[in-house]
Amino acid sequence: MTALGKLLRTTAFKLLAAYLFIFALFAGSVIAYLGWHTQRLVTRQAVEAIENDTRFMQAQFERGGITRLVQLVNRRARAPDAGLLLIASFNGDPLAGNMLNLPLNILDRQGWREIDYLRSEESSGPPSRALVQVIFLPGEYRLLIGRDIVEREELRQIIIGPAVWGLALLVVLGMAGGLFITRRVLKRIDQMTAISDGIMAGDLSGRLAVSGTGDEFDRLALSLNAMLDRIEALMAGLKQVSDNIAHDLKTPLTRLRNRAEDALRTAQSEPEWRLATERTIEESDGLIRTFDALLMIARAEAGQASATMLRFDLAETVAGVAELYEPVADESGLDLHVEVAGPLPMRGVRELFGQALANLLDNAIKYSAPDMPGGTPGPRRDVTLTARRDGERLRLVVADRGPGIPEADRPRVLERFVRLEASRTRPGFGLGLSLVAAVVRLHGGTLSLEGNDPGLRIVIDLPLDLNDEAATD
Amino acid sequence: MTYMETNSNLTAASDSARGRDDPFIELADIRRAARKSAEESPMRLLIVEDDRDAADYLRKAFREAGHVVDVASDGEEGLVLAREGGYDVLIVDRMLPRRDGLSVIADLRGRGDKTPALILSALGQVDDRVTGLRAGGDDYLPKPYAFTELLARVEALARRGGPQAADTVYRVADLELDRLAHSCTRGGQEIVLQPREFRLLEYLMRHAGQVVTRTMLLENVWDYHFDPQTNVIDVHVSRLRAKIDKGFDPPLLHTVRGAGYIIRDGAR
Repeated sequence: MTALGKLLRTTAFKLLAAYLFIFALFAGSVIAYLGWHTQRLVTRQAVEAIENDTRFMQAQFERGGITRLVQLVNRRARAPDAGLLLIASFNGDPLAGNMLNLPLNILDRQGWREIDYLRSEESSGPPSRALVQVIFLPGEYRLLIGRDIVEREELRQIIIGPAVWGLALLVVLGMAGGLFITRRVLKRIDQMTAISDGIMAGDLSGRLAVSGTGDEFDRLALSLNAMLDRIEALMAGLKQVSDNIAHDLKTPLTRLRNRAEDALRTAQSEPEWRLATERTIEESDGLIRTFDALLMIARAEAGQASATMLRFDLAETVAGVAELYEPVADESGLDLHVEVAGPLPMRGVRELFGQALANLLDNAIKYSAPDMPGGTPGPRRDVTLTARRDGERLRLVVADRGPGIPEADRPRVLERFVRLEASRTRPGFGLGLSLVAAVVRLHGGTLSLEGNDPGLRIVIDLPLDLNDEAATD
Repeated sequence: MTYMETNSNLTAASDSARGRDDPFIELADIRRAARKSAEESPMRLLIVEDDRDAADYLRKAFREAGHVVDVASDGEEGLVLAREGGYDVLIVDRMLPRRDGLSVIADLRGRGDKTPALILSALGQVDDRVTGLRAGGDDYLPKPYAFTELLARVEALARRGGPQAADTVYRVADLELDRLAHSCTRGGQEIVLQPREFRLLEYLMRHAGQVVTRTMLLENVWDYHFDPQTNVIDVHVSRLRAKIDKGFDPPLLHTVRGAGYIIRDGAR
């Protein structure tokens, strides 16, 4: 595509051309309307003058016959602003008047017409234009009365000439301006396109230039840059996830494979085969579990679950999950204290909260176990779960009396697969808290880890859905 | 979320700690008994699955359990077979060539065919399950699954031999559960149950003689579809067992090693 072709194809230019066309059409119509009305006015004046003259002449003819009319015409014709006058016999011989050299066929029929004529005094020069009326008088005399309408023509020239030129200039300047503006726009767009091509080619760090004028292109560039930031962050997150998956799924996969190979090599008896097979299934179940948790986190983090967000009462979920875990805590010799002040209406995915709460309680119970190193000695090892409304927010706290998490490690434990040294020997996959964090983030809340002296307090703050509290009941 | 057996040391530890007085049954014994009864009146199953290996494995496994199996390898074929009718349960993969599993089920439901259908799918998230059940599926099992889990669910869907939905009193040996009066007796002796224990027992008794997995209990008694991490269900079941079996003979609520639980009259 040529540079000009590209210019002419732009939306800006097409819009401009369309505007120009409409504007020119409108201006042209206004001028035409004005011109037409002015002309009509001038013409009407001429018509009225001619009709007056005609009535006067007819009256004179009735009173004094042709002789009187000829005298009158002769006298009138000499006056400076007499207009056109001619009286002729039935065969066209002029009897009197100032228009003796007119073509004779003008007098052939009665009525109005416009003619070009030469003033009788000066037979050279440009022809003039006149409006004339021809009437037949008794005795086959023909009377022509007219008025010069050269003013009308001049007026037309005054109006139409500049109007045409003006319009032409308008179109030319408009087009030139349009091309100029379009080229400027095109230049910015081309810059943006070039940078986006670079980004598409893989350089995610590229950003659109912002001129600083705050115009629409800057606004566009700013919002595109924000989008690119988000994409870059997501891509980095994705890379991190795939690295983690690679690392943390490959380890158990390798173990799985080694065990199977080992069994193949050394197993002799049926019980040995059976044990090896059971271990293999166990290991693959663990893998599936890890994989499910990862998928759940990934979905929650990508905000995909938001399609199924419904209004539900978190108080019921908290109470339900607590009821599910109460006997487990009891079996572990712990007291599970639950304080739920409902209702706590929220918009979200109930199942995700169920899983998150299960993870929290599971962790709390696991780390409060009596044989947990660093835990509080003595019989009072309780886990408390509270959920209550705090203005328009919801506060959910899970506190245990386990070993807690050193302050320096707290931000790290929310990441995937992070397990602190102290808990390496315990079962688990290190995904529990990252899932909780992802679920909380998905629902627009925050999660913080605090000390419980001793123990750990997990404080979750979430927005309540109070919008249609009355409407749903 | 697939429930995993004994994958945590904690579960194993508490199993052995409690295990002394709990009646354990080996899954193989249950299967043997089930096969015998299946031979008398086998279930007719239709499996619609495009993965040949998976379909062959399922066919073999269900036949070993004594059931009659037809296999269709795409949605259209599955629909043609299913329309002929006569199946006890349909097992339908969600992503199939020619016609997807959900539309097969939706088509059957549109014709008023209420044959129980279980959807198998690699998509295991909450919203996937919701769309699956909304399309008319009666149960949803995400891949990969344990065959024990699938078999238990299919047998539960077929609802053979168990009490009918209209029955107000469930009976297993001398254990009686009155669903209307919300009361439970064993050998004429009143047993006081918490509401959740009542629902747990109700579900187990509705499927008396069938293996019920932990995931099935979590879904049907608690209405949760997530992975509870530890042995929560075991703890609830062992509490229930303490109420209904302790001091009575024979024990009725059994743990099926590697599968789940079963409530049955051991004398039979």
